[in-house]
Amino acid sequence: MKLLVPVKRVVDYNVKVRVRPDGTGVETANVKMSMNPFDEIAIEEAVRLKEKGIATEIVAVSIGPAQAQEQIRTALAMGADRGILVEVTDTVEPIAVAKILKAIVEKEGPQLVILGKQAIDDDMNATGQMLAALLGWGQGTFASKVEIADGAASVTREIDGGLETVKLTLPAIVTTDLRLNEPRYASLPNIMKARKKPIETIKPSDLGVDTTPRLKVLKVEEPPKRVAGVKVGSAAELVAKLRNEAKVI
Amino acid sequence: MTVLVLADHDGASISQPTRSAVAAGGKLGDVTLLVMGPEAVAQAGAKIAGVTRVLHAPTEHLLAEPAAALIAGMADGYTHLLAPSSAVGKNIMPRVAALLDVQQISDISAVVDADTFVRPIYAGNALATVQSSDAKKVITVRAASFDPVAAEGGSASVEAAPTAADPGVSSFVGAEIVKSERPELAAARVVVSGGRAIGSAENFKILDGIADKLGAAVGASRAAVDAGYAPNDLQVGQTGKIVAPELYMAFGISGAIQHLAGMKDSKVIVAINKDEEAPIFQVADYGLVGDIFKVIPEIEAELSK
Repeated sequence: MKLLVPVKRVVDYNVKVRVRPDGTGVETANVKMSMNPFDEIAIEEAVRLKEKGIATEIVAVSIGPAQAQEQIRTALAMGADRGILVEVTDTVEPIAVAKILKAIVEKEGPQLVILGKQAIDDDMNATGQMLAALLGWGQGTFASKVEIADGAASVTREIDGGLETVKLTLPAIVTTDLRLNEPRYASLPNIMKARKKPIETIKPSDLGVDTTPRLKVLKVEEPPKRVAGVKVGSAAELVAKLRNEAKVI
Repeated sequence: MTVLVLADHDGASISQPTRSAVAAGGKLGDVTLLVMGPEAVAQAGAKIAGVTRVLHAPTEHLLAEPAAALIAGMADGYTHLLAPSSAVGKNIMPRVAALLDVQQISDISAVVDADTFVRPIYAGNALATVQSSDAKKVITVRAASFDPVAAEGGSASVEAAPTAADPGVSSFVGAEIVKSERPELAAARVVVSGGRAIGSAENFKILDGIADKLGAAVGASRAAVDAGYAPNDLQVGQTGKIVAPELYMAFGISGAIQHLAGMKDSKVIVAINKDEEAPIFQVADYGLVGDIFKVIPEIEAELSK
């Protein structure tokens, strides 16, 4: 079966982001960009399903600027077969991303779409669920284990008190949690091979999707800074301060 | 303004994050609480302060597909649809939003007005104020940012919720719930957390003494969870639980961006780490440089005095 894996280009997770002085957003110029870490886990899971002989083809999709090609190439180097870049210039919200992905799903006909549970820039945690809703498919969110058999996906999910397993009729949507797998590094030969794999570039308008944002960002600001603390010399001093100064115990 | 809040519960009682969502909803209008689960939970919901009406749908499991169909089907009567940003709220609400063709406003930390909300982005390193142009607002609420309303004191009526057809694409197989005598992490007044420096799953028990004495919940950094020292539902951080207790004690946690995102709104932060340069000391109110295996028994002894 065919798998579709959406990947997002985001500010690298190690970068300490800075808010722009004019309050319009976060500084993204000359900042290291990478594939969203949860999407790496999604690609890895897709490649493992292919290695097990369950998947036959993996299509990596990114919706972003022309440079998002780099993240698609990374996915191809990890083992995806081909890429689709939906080129946009502005921010696209999860609802619009879900509509674009729905149009691509209808064209490509995958049996499973694997997404990251959230992007580490907007921290929305919504696109996978929205895509599932638009397609009328079942959803296995925050997955820590995925098993495909007999036209169904058994998905073990990370929930607040522990783990839960749901069974979804295929086609279905899975979103990845951290503990699903350990993504592989792309080897140099695979990076070279990935250069020859095809990437198709389209526009949201080709798919008939309106990407006008529904949320207007009025301002972006730094969170309040914490007042500098003090170092204490011993456990006795620490407990005394917590009792008498902070009065929290 | 009419507000529907989806209740998260464990089959017996309604979660504290749900009461935080009721508090956020109360800033917008009259709150109706939707309880999908046993009748007893709906009765508990009726006692929550600030809830004017409870709608009860007898369901065994909160699967996203039928739950979202039901909520979207009854959305006509409400301007705002809220849920706590718990695993349940995050699973169901975006599905509701897409069925209604609106953009969800995830994990809000403040209500500015009926259309305008504040939400953290980039692991809490920036706060965005956003104004929604959608006719209905679908929102998940960051529990740590809203004081929960009281669990008692309300006297709402309980009515039967409308029914909706199950799309029939999913089924519940089973659950493994971690049993714990300690307070719930997201609701605890004190949280005692361990990091990679703890070294092993057995060593994690050394936090129990302090946790017992302070009536604290035990948390963990992602590094400790990934190393298998603690179960994943104890993880505090951008990708785990967001907590804001009165006292947060970090033992052997370096203080990576993703961990700070989950605890830097705590009232008092204490860091114990042998690395003087660890970033956790930049957010700690009280820092102690030392070996946790030496310091932990000392703190425990001091607490007994």
